[in-house]
Amino acid sequence: MSGSGSRTEMTLSQAPEFRLAIIAVLVFALMAVLSPDRFLSAQNLTSMAFQFPEFAILALAMTITMTTGGIDLSVVGVANLSAVIAAAILTSLAGPEATGIVAVMWLAVALVASLAVGAAAGFFNGILVTRLGLPPILATLGSGLVFTGFAVAMTGGSAVMGFPDIVSVIGNSTIWFVPVPLILFAVLAIALHILLTRTGFGLRVTMYGANPLAALYAAIDIDRILLRVYVIAGMFSAVAGMVIMSRANSAKADYGSSYLLLAVLIAVLGGVNPYGGYGRVIGVVLAVLSMQFLSSGLNMLQVSNFARELIWGALLLLVMVINTTNWAGLRAGRKPAKTG
Amino acid sequence: MQAPDTPAFVEMTGVTKHYAGVTALDGVDFTVHPGEAICLAGENGSGKSTLIKILSGVEPASDGEIRIGGELMTGHTPRDATAAGVLVIFQDFSLFPNLSVAENIAFANELTEGRRIYSRRHARAVAQRMLHRIGVDIPLNAKLETLPVAHKQLVAICRALACEARLIIMDEPTTALTGKEVTVLLDIIRVLKEQGVAVIFVSHKLAEVLAVSERVVVLRNGKKVAEGDAAEFDAASLTRHMTGRDVAEASPGAFDGSGEMLLSVENLQKQGSFRDISFSMQTGEVLGITGLLGSGRTSLAKALFGLVAPDSGRIVVDGEEVPLGDPIASAEARIGYVPEDRLTEGLFLTQSILRNVAVGRLQEHERNGFLDLRGLVDEAADWLTRLKVKTPSITAPVQSLSGGNQQRVALARWMARAPRLLILNGPSVGVDVGSKAEIHDIIRDLGHQGLGVIVISDDLPELLATCHRILVMKGGAMTDEFAGGKISEDVLSQKLTS
Amino acid sequence: MMSDRWKELLARNEALVALVIVLFCIVATLSDPNFFTVTTLSDLLRASIVLGILAIGCMLVLISGGIDVSFTAVAVSAMYMTTKLSLAVWPDMPWPLIFALSIGFGALLGAINGTFIAIFGLPTLIVTLGTLSVFRGFLLTFVGSDRISALPPDMREFSRMMIARGTTESGDFYALPWSLAALLGVILLTAFILHKTMLGRSIFALGGSVESARRLGIDVRRTQFFVYVYVGALAGLAGILHGSMGRMADPFSLVGLELSVIAAVVLGGARLIGGYGTITGTLLGVALIVLVQNSLIVIGIPSTWQSVTIGALILLGTGLPAYQAKRAAARAG
Repeated sequence: MSGSGSRTEMTLSQAPEFRLAIIAVLVFALMAVLSPDRFLSAQNLTSMAFQFPEFAILALAMTITMTTGGIDLSVVGVANLSAVIAAAILTSLAGPEATGIVAVMWLAVALVASLAVGAAAGFFNGILVTRLGLPPILATLGSGLVFTGFAVAMTGGSAVMGFPDIVSVIGNSTIWFVPVPLILFAVLAIALHILLTRTGFGLRVTMYGANPLAALYAAIDIDRILLRVYVIAGMFSAVAGMVIMSRANSAKADYGSSYLLLAVLIAVLGGVNPYGGYGRVIGVVLAVLSMQFLSSGLNMLQVSNFARELIWGALLLLVMVINTTNWAGLRAGRKPAKTG
Repeated sequence: MQAPDTPAFVEMTGVTKHYAGVTALDGVDFTVHPGEAICLAGENGSGKSTLIKILSGVEPASDGEIRIGGELMTGHTPRDATAAGVLVIFQDFSLFPNLSVAENIAFANELTEGRRIYSRRHARAVAQRMLHRIGVDIPLNAKLETLPVAHKQLVAICRALACEARLIIMDEPTTALTGKEVTVLLDIIRVLKEQGVAVIFVSHKLAEVLAVSERVVVLRNGKKVAEGDAAEFDAASLTRHMTGRDVAEASPGAFDGSGEMLLSVENLQKQGSFRDISFSMQTGEVLGITGLLGSGRTSLAKALFGLVAPDSGRIVVDGEEVPLGDPIASAEARIGYVPEDRLTEGLFLTQSILRNVAVGRLQEHERNGFLDLRGLVDEAADWLTRLKVKTPSITAPVQSLSGGNQQRVALARWMARAPRLLILNGPSVGVDVGSKAEIHDIIRDLGHQGLGVIVISDDLPELLATCHRILVMKGGAMTDEFAGGKISEDVLSQKLTS
Repeated sequence: MMSDRWKELLARNEALVALVIVLFCIVATLSDPNFFTVTTLSDLLRASIVLGILAIGCMLVLISGGIDVSFTAVAVSAMYMTTKLSLAVWPDMPWPLIFALSIGFGALLGAINGTFIAIFGLPTLIVTLGTLSVFRGFLLTFVGSDRISALPPDMREFSRMMIARGTTESGDFYALPWSLAALLGVILLTAFILHKTMLGRSIFALGGSVESARRLGIDVRRTQFFVYVYVGALAGLAGILHGSMGRMADPFSLVGLELSVIAAVVLGGARLIGGYGTITGTLLGVALIVLVQNSLIVIGIPSTWQSVTIGALILLGTGLPAYQAKRAAARAG
């Protein structure tokens, strides 16, 4: 029902995704003009494609929880916990010398284990939100600490390394010149888009986010929907954990700690309504691209790493201010004024 | 009526208000004398809210003159109105749930006095004095959120008094009160009037407050259509003035008993809400359940749909027992429920009309996990046409529709699920007069189509116009049963309150 | 069956947290008699100063119905900018001026948050998330990214000033720095604002219902703006205390602590929906977090389990009341 979104009554140019597309193109063009030989080089383009998927996948996890009006602050914790467990399997059971079919088999076991950990962690979050009635922000703040804590306790806080070579395939190889992490991100993004727009589940997710009480009265199985949302977020986080592990060739409890805020930032920048009820994957993808063009272009221009953080934050605030009128409308929409 | 020589406290002359091309208020004259109680009556959209907003400074008038306490007000703000002694008690009371009773009462007063330092002792003294003034006793330290609704209202009245109110405007003051609480409120209003405080009741259900009022003013389509001594009005004449016509619709009469057994409810019980409820109904029957607030009617309605879990009892639909307290199981048993509050419970306001209808039929339109969008759209569009929803586009957000059309969308969602039993809680609350009659037509038609319909309402004409049978609830129990067409509004009204 | 009064008491987070602290101390003392000494107490107190000041600011935001994740960035920025400025302009700057400067920087950054939140009306989480990045990015890009251990002399001097120091008769060493007085001052000032001024009551009112506050004539924007400026000022104070007590201006420190601080505040009973929060509860929450961070090992839990413990405490401490509320709502129908 993609053609029936609540914003289709607006013209294309008013859609937040359209604005984002313009921003993405402008940023790309600007960087290409400022540093044509290096920004447009094949090497830079590939390196960008290797860099962003890990946090972009986390942003997808954030997107689906935010669409319900919730949030998942445990994504990085889940990613690291699942990576640490996968790493334990890869180092202690497979070992760095493993090759060929044995290595592939252990990698498969490790991947399944990490996905299972992600799903279990998400299920735990879902239970906290549905059965205990905790606000998602608190539930996942607490559970995020618990997941990270388990990873710390298992590793004593140090990095786990010594994987079979095959592990680097996930994060560092290409298929027909396309980096594997990018393929993973693309597959997950398309899957999430289809899930949100073409399935009953996805529509229920959005509707619940728009008005939880009305969802209850419409006999939507809210608990099951929310459980599945957090399980999906957990599994996406686990995939991100695998990419991080493979690229770093190790797993550690505190990898990617800056990714949490980045994931929230990208989701909001991508037009996802943090109060729930609206979120489109295309917007999130455009937000990710804008951020990556911007940060790697700035790298080319010898701008320090820290300036990226500054610019990301400024971009978020700018987009929010531009959208202010929209927000006011959305918020008013949730609390309709009483008219006599 | 007040002696003519008493100067008016509020004098509004020729007040007019235009909103983007619509005239909400058209040259209305309105006066209030000290110590006078006035019923300001009108349907939704009649302009009564606009009049109050202008008087209380929330919105400026487009034209006309407003005097409060003899002084000409030009572009006054809510704060100016408060300072002049005009206070509004909104339907939600606008209190702070997390603060104590004392603070809630004293807050506005401390604020208008321009205090910077907050003195708990002073606040308590003010609060105590105000509670004493209306002769009620509420613990000063209690957190407001722990109080029953009626007490919250009294706190709101005290707050107004603490601001030296000379006129208190009460928006729908009795809708959330039980019969006994209304009596208490009316006694307090009498006390206020003796103290020279004027009161305006803004409501579309006025029968209850007529007893303490001196004067009635009726608005319709932004114009004052009637004004006079309260004694000259009764419920029927008020309705006539408000709607501009006699809305007495024909009763469908008693049910002919031609249906099959559809629903039987046996000894349904929930502590503190309702007890020992048993009744049954057939297909094609329209059953009304009525009662005052606090009678348990809404809890029972929710329990029938599984939104409230009864402690014991059985609900059987088409010979099969429905699990209690499980809305999803109830929906699977083909029970539908259209809630009273469309805006917060019934509809997904920001979402499209289409989605609001389709959300009930997602499961049936899933093929291998994917939605058959074409089928969904066609089906939803079909129902919207059948229920005559007027909209330029079914992808417009549902909040862009009028109240009546919104209610039809809520109905369409359940109709699309082909229910056996449809429970309508307050089907025409907040719907304009014209749409109301049409919704009644739809309800009667649902019965003809062989559905069982339960209408939960305290709108007696509505029940009389739609139901074959009316059950009356009082204090959580079923007390009376009447066949349609065999009872008048007055008798029914007596049975409710006696 | 528990009596109602017990239930009521236990339903309050303060009581629950206090109980856990007492239990913790009993177990700790049983397993290590050296735990319950003046030395441990003074160590824990010192460890609570910065966290405590940040938590009180954070609590204020929660009471007003918002949330702030940027205060650690404000703290570290104010501290580092003050240090740099002082070293560049007047290395011998007296410490009161240094402190005032840092508080001023903090208030300024807080005003930026306040502008976006109170004037533009943007959601607080999103704004502070953005400013967290902006403040830190600005600091590291334009101000500097080196750790400075050659602090202005008066800053180091301050950290050596003690209210009391010595050794008890049983030979336990203790030291109470003047920075503790800063925490006390913040507690008193905040308590005064919250309970004795209309501004403070307005903050509670705002958290209870923004719409009602507006209708009553409370200046919602001004109140919100004040909250964020005040929190910024407190963060500036906490930052400079952190720098001077650690005898190093580290632009990478503090950031990352925000979730622990929020955890402490929430454990202490402040609610995310706004309108609720007490200083006592917040301080108890801080005490518990500091205990877990510093003394977990004493009760036989390896310190690597610190995160798990804090996380579990948050889930239990907020989950229990949430579950009770959910059950009560279901019963009421």
